[in-house]
Amino acid sequence: MEMINCKVNGIAVSVPKGSTILEAARAAGVEIPTLCYMKKINEIGACRICVVEATGARGLVTACVYPASEGMEIKTNTEKVQKARKTTLELMLSTHDKKCLSCSRSTNCELQKLCLEYGVDEGAFEGYKPVYELDESTPHLVRDNNKCILCRRCVAVCKEQFVSVIGANDRGIDTSIGSAFKVKLSETPCISCGQCVAVCPTGALTEKDDTEKVWAALADPTKHVVVQTAPSIRATLGECFGMPIGTNVEGKMVSALRRLGFDKVFDTDFAADLTIVEEANELVERINNGGVLPMITSCSPGWVKFCEFYYPNLIDHLSSCKSPQQMAGAVIKTYYANKMGIDPKDIVSVSVMPCTAKKFEIGRPDQSASGYPDVDIALTTRELAKMIDRAGLKFTMLPDEEFDSPLGEDTGAAVIFGATGGVMEAALRTANDWLTGKDNLDVDFHAVRGTESIKEATVKINGADIKVAVASGATAAQKVMEKIKNGEADWTFIEIMGCPGGCVNGGGQPIQPQYVRDTVDLKAVRAKALYDQDAAMSIRKSHESPVVKALYSEWYDGFGGHKAHHDLHTTYVKRTK
Amino acid sequence: MQKKISNHPFNGTPEQAAKLEAVINANKHDKSLLMAVMQEAQGIYGYLPYEVQKMIADGMDVPIEKVFGVSTFYAQFSLTPKGEYNISICLGTACYVKGAGIIFDKFAEKLGIGADECTADGKFSLTACRCIGACGLAPVLTVNEEVYGRLTGADVDTILAKYQ
Ligand code: SF4
Ligand code: SF4
Ligand code: SF4
Ligand code: FES
Repeated sequence: MEMINCKVNGIAVSVPKGSTILEAARAAGVEIPTLCYMKKINEIGACRICVVEATGARGLVTACVYPASEGMEIKTNTEKVQKARKTTLELMLSTHDKKCLSCSRSTNCELQKLCLEYGVDEGAFEGYKPVYELDESTPHLVRDNNKCILCRRCVAVCKEQFVSVIGANDRGIDTSIGSAFKVKLSETPCISCGQCVAVCPTGALTEKDDTEKVWAALADPTKHVVVQTAPSIRATLGECFGMPIGTNVEGKMVSALRRLGFDKVFDTDFAADLTIVEEANELVERINNGGVLPMITSCSPGWVKFCEFYYPNLIDHLSSCKSPQQMAGAVIKTYYANKMGIDPKDIVSVSVMPCTAKKFEIGRPDQSASGYPDVDIALTTRELAKMIDRAGLKFTMLPDEEFDSPLGEDTGAAVIFGATGGVMEAALRTANDWLTGKDNLDVDFHAVRGTESIKEATVKINGADIKVAVASGATAAQKVMEKIKNGEADWTFIEIMGCPGGCVNGGGQPIQPQYVRDTVDLKAVRAKALYDQDAAMSIRKSHESPVVKALYSEWYDGFGGHKAHHDLHTTYVKRTK
Repeated sequence: MQKKISNHPFNGTPEQAAKLEAVINANKHDKSLLMAVMQEAQGIYGYLPYEVQKMIADGMDVPIEKVFGVSTFYAQFSLTPKGEYNISICLGTACYVKGAGIIFDKFAEKLGIGADECTADGKFSLTACRCIGACGLAPVLTVNEEVYGRLTGADVDTILAKYQ
C-alpha cells in the first residue's frame, strides 16, 4: 500500500494514500470534531465543523473529505480554526430550538457538547427561523425539526436500510428533513427500525418516550406490573452509565428493575427458547408437508414490516411464530396469570427492548393471546436508563441479582438471540439434537457467527446437508429476498434481522457518539458479551430450557399444538408502499 | 420559501400517462437521468403532483422521497398546476419599489389564492417572478404571454375581467 507522510499538530504520521485529513488526524491520536460525517455512510462535507488549516490548501478545509497529502502540515486547533467552528455552531443555533433543559438528548447531544467546548453565544445570530410541527405520527419515534442541524445522518442510514423514506426537502433556510409531499412518517413505508434515531447527533429524533406510562402503572396499586428484558439489553445497558462497551450487566439490570418497583422481573430469554422450539417444529412440518420454503425468522419486527411493505407477495415465507417479546407477553398473561390466580386484565406487561420497532409490534393485530395485548408498553434500553436515573439508583453500585421464577431461566441459545446469527445457531442446536436423536456436545456453529451482513452456510445434520443463510440490516434482507423472488435461493432456513448486526445494534440501544461509532465495531463488541455468557452456561440448548419443559408439560398440548398455535403464532399483512 | 403542494384533484389523461411511460422506459436504465425525466414529465403535465412523482419513482426505481427532494430543490419544478391564465407578477427590485407587492396582494385577495396556487376552477394561477427586463414599464406583470405595465391597483379588476 502506498503511504504518505504528513504532520498533524506537529505529530508525524504515515497513512495510506487517499486517506482524508480526519483519518490522518485519528491515526495521530488527534480528534477533530465532526457532526455530519459517518465513516463510509455519510461523507458529504456538509456541516463544516471539522475545518482545519492545511498547507497547500486555500483557506480552511473540511477534514472529513479533504485528502491528506505528502508533506502536508495540518493544524487542527488554531485560533482561526476555533473561530470558524464557533461561528458555524452559532449559525446552527440561529435556527435551533435551544431547549437543553428538557431535551432528552441533553448531556449526550453532540451539538450541545461542542457548543459548550467552544463557548458559543446562543444569541449571536437571531433572525428568521422556520418553525416546524413535531411529527409524532408513529408509535416509535418523534421528529422535532426545530432541533435538526441538517447533518443528514438519518437520511444516510435510512438509505443504508434500503428504505429511504426521509430526505432533505426544499432549499436554503427552508431546507428540512421529511418525507415526500411532506406526509407524516406514519404514511410512509418506514419500517420503524429506529436506526435514524440512534445516529442523530441531536434531540431532533428520539424514540417515543413511554416511560410516563410505566411510572403510572407502577404507582397504581391495582396493577400487577411485570417486566421482561430482551437478550441484548444486558450487553448494552451499562453504556448508559459510563461502563465500557460490551459489559454484561445482567445482575445489576435485574436489581435495578426490582428497585424500580416491578412486581416480577422476567427474562425474554425464556421466550426466545420457546420461539426456537416452536420455530424448529414449524420448519420440520414445512419440510415434511411441502410447505413454503425457505422459512424465514420473524423475531425482528423491523424486518417483518420490511417484508410486508417491500415483498408483500413473499410473506408466506415468514415463520408464523410470534417474536420472543410477544411470546413472553402471551405466556405472562395466560400461563403465569393462571398460575398466580391473577386476572390478565390487571397485569401490565412491560418489555425492555433494543428496538423501536417493538413499540410498533405491540400494537399489531393478532397479538393478544389472553384477549388483552400481550405486551402493553415497550421501552427501549435508553428509556430504561432514564427511569433508573430518575429513581436515583446508582447503577454501577447495584448488587447483582437474579431474574424471578418461573419465567427467569434462560439458556445459552437464548442469550445469543441478541446478535446476528444467534437465532440461527440456537435453531441449529435444537434441530441437530432432534434430527440425530442425540444430546450433541458440540453446540458451536461458527459458520453463522460474525457481523457480516450476509452469511451462508451448509450444515451437516444427521448426514443431510442443510443450507441456511443469515442476514442483518434491511439492505441485506433485500438482497436475500431478491434471490427468493427470482427463484435463485436454495436455502431451507433463513434468519433475518432488521438492524445491521442484529439487536445489539438496534435502534433503541444506547446512543454512542459518531466518533465511537466510527472507531469501535459496536456490533462485534456488544455481541461478544453475549457469546461469552453463552459459552459459560450449563444449559445451551433451547429445548432443554426448564421453563420450556414446564410450559409444555403443564400448559401447552405439544409443540405447535392447538393451544400453542393460538397463543404463540400470528399472521402478517400485505402492505402497499 | 417552501414549495407549495397542490391540493387540486389530479386529472391526468391516459395520453399523458402513455407519454410519461415512454419517457421513463427510454431512461430507466440509468438512474442519473432522473432530472431529465422529471423535466419531461413537467413538460407533459405542466407540474409534478404526487401521482406523477409516484409514476416516476416506480418507473425509475428510486424512492419517491428522492424525486420529491429534487422537485423541491430546483426552482424549475412546480408542484402546483398553472391555471388556464397564469398571472406572473414581477417582484424584481424596480417593480417592487413601485408597488408590485401591493398589486400582488390585491390579486391574491381577489382570487383567494396565494403564490404558486391555482383557483379551484382551474382558471387562474398566481406566481411571483424575478426581473423580466421590462423595468421601464414597472410595475409589470404577464398573463400567459401578454404583458401589462405601469400598473396601478385599479388595473387589477380590469385585467381579471378581461379573462373571465
Ligand atoms: S438538541 Fe442538543 S443542543 Fe439542542 S436542545 Fe437538545 S440537548 Fe440542547
Ligand atoms: S425508523 Fe428506520 S425506516 Fe423509519 S425513517 Fe428511521 S431509519 Fe428509516
Ligand atoms: S434529524 Fe438528526 S440526523 Fe437527521 S439531519 Fe437532523 S440532526 Fe441530522
Ligand atoms: S463537514 Fe466534516 S464533519 Fe461535517
